[in-house]
Amino acid sequence: MTFPLYQRRLFINRFNLLMSLLATAFGLFWLAWILWTLFKAGLSAMGPAVVTQMTPPPGSKGGLLNAIVGSFVMAGGGTLLGTPIGILAGVYLAEFGREGWLASATRFINDVLLSAPSIVIGLFIYEAYVVRVGHFSGLAGVFALALIVVPIVIRTTENMLRLVPDSLREAAAALGAPQWKVIALVTLRAAQAGIITGILLAVARIAGETAPLLFTALNNQFWSLDVNAPMANLPVVIFQFAMSPYADWQHLAWAGALMITLSVLLLNVVARILFATKTPSY
Amino acid sequence: MNAPVAVEALANEKIKIQVKGLDFFYGKFHALKGVNLSIPERKVTAFIGPSGCGKSTLLRTFNRMYALYPNFEARGEVLLDGENVLSPRQDLNRLRAKVGMVFQKPTPFPMSIHDNIVFGVRLYEHLPTRDMDERVEWALRKAALWDEVKDKLQQSGMSLSGGQQQRLCIARAIAVRPEVVLLDEPCSALDPISTARIEELITELKNDYTIVIVTHNMQQAARVSDYTAYMYLGELIEFDVTDTIFIKPKRKQTEDYITGRFG
Repeated sequence: MTFPLYQRRLFINRFNLLMSLLATAFGLFWLAWILWTLFKAGLSAMGPAVVTQMTPPPGSKGGLLNAIVGSFVMAGGGTLLGTPIGILAGVYLAEFGREGWLASATRFINDVLLSAPSIVIGLFIYEAYVVRVGHFSGLAGVFALALIVVPIVIRTTENMLRLVPDSLREAAAALGAPQWKVIALVTLRAAQAGIITGILLAVARIAGETAPLLFTALNNQFWSLDVNAPMANLPVVIFQFAMSPYADWQHLAWAGALMITLSVLLLNVVARILFATKTPSY
Repeated sequence: MNAPVAVEALANEKIKIQVKGLDFFYGKFHALKGVNLSIPERKVTAFIGPSGCGKSTLLRTFNRMYALYPNFEARGEVLLDGENVLSPRQDLNRLRAKVGMVFQKPTPFPMSIHDNIVFGVRLYEHLPTRDMDERVEWALRKAALWDEVKDKLQQSGMSLSGGQQQRLCIARAIAVRPEVVLLDEPCSALDPISTARIEELITELKNDYTIVIVTHNMQQAARVSDYTAYMYLGELIEFDVTDTIFIKPKRKQTEDYITGRFG
């Protein structure tokens, strides 16, 4: 009596398992194809010249050094500017604003900012800063990237702090520690692995952002470390070179795309390892 | 309703904490109802009672731990050496430096064992390194943990076993030299061997500190405490010398609980 029922259940189980595996394979297939294309085209274009020479005019050989350095400077600046703001706001939301209208409003606005298209952010900085000073600049790029970093860091900082159990806060308070010391010396320390992971993921996110930089930093053919002038960066260079009809430029675009992808991959792996090993389990 | 309190026995004791007409509310819920109680100095007082009777709530009014959260309100008086700790002028941090607490779940800070102990001391004392190290050793010896960790003071406090972590929390609490130590079910998350060690510890600690322990384990209360308070649904039912409570309680309600008729 039970056999046909059991067979049916077994069949449904196996069928669904197969469907899940096929769906996973489908997703992985495209990822694998993208990576394969990227590696095939990019690897052949990689060479010492890519990291030692500047972006060339069409038809010449060159590299991506100014773009790489520019990206580093702007991503670094954006992270340095956005992270403290994000952490402080995250601390407010998790430690002082569990309830209350200001906290709810902040969270809502943060969620909106988090999902804002980065091109909108770029246009905003263009309007608010670039137009006013009258020129594109690396600094404007830093502002735009910082504005992308802030909501990510706020969200992850708040979430990681909320994961710290109240019992830890109570234990510190029970010794007579004022609230700011509890937060600074105990709660933030307990959450530090998660918070750093959040920052790394924010960096990975801004590493490849093109749209905001189009209207702020623009691009620069030459070597320049002046943040008050247009600054070269990888995403815009890739944009420009890939759309061009010049084979040399297209090769360099692939090399740039490969470098960004590898950096993002590396950041994600480091973030995962860090989070797994350093997070205390409660 | 006035609970029978051991007036004769308490007459010989110096009273450390005096609770007068304490009412406690969580929002609209009346959690403690008109509690009157005297905690004698340098003795172990146990709060027993079924779940939800208010014993932890009462304990947490002694160091105003409830002040960390909204919607709690305490009315009445809790006099520590004559000063009302419920007064709005009471400095909470100083109060908590005098009245320490150990919680049910061991909560080592995410730092080295040494830093765990030093954390509380640094809040109120500026000690040179050598004195600080001595204090750390003293606290760990008092908590019967020194021999097990003396070679690994720089290791994370979270690398210890459950029983060791709880002893670390006790060491951390006494390192600041409080006057009162509140223990909120300190052994309920531990194995029997660790529990036995901590009970030994409590018996030693009472020579120097006033101890109040909340426990749902009646046998533990009988083993460890000098005085016991039985609570039920927010009210103090009976408070007396431990032997009296367990052998010849004055109230039938107390007797029903002790003999296991409910709870």
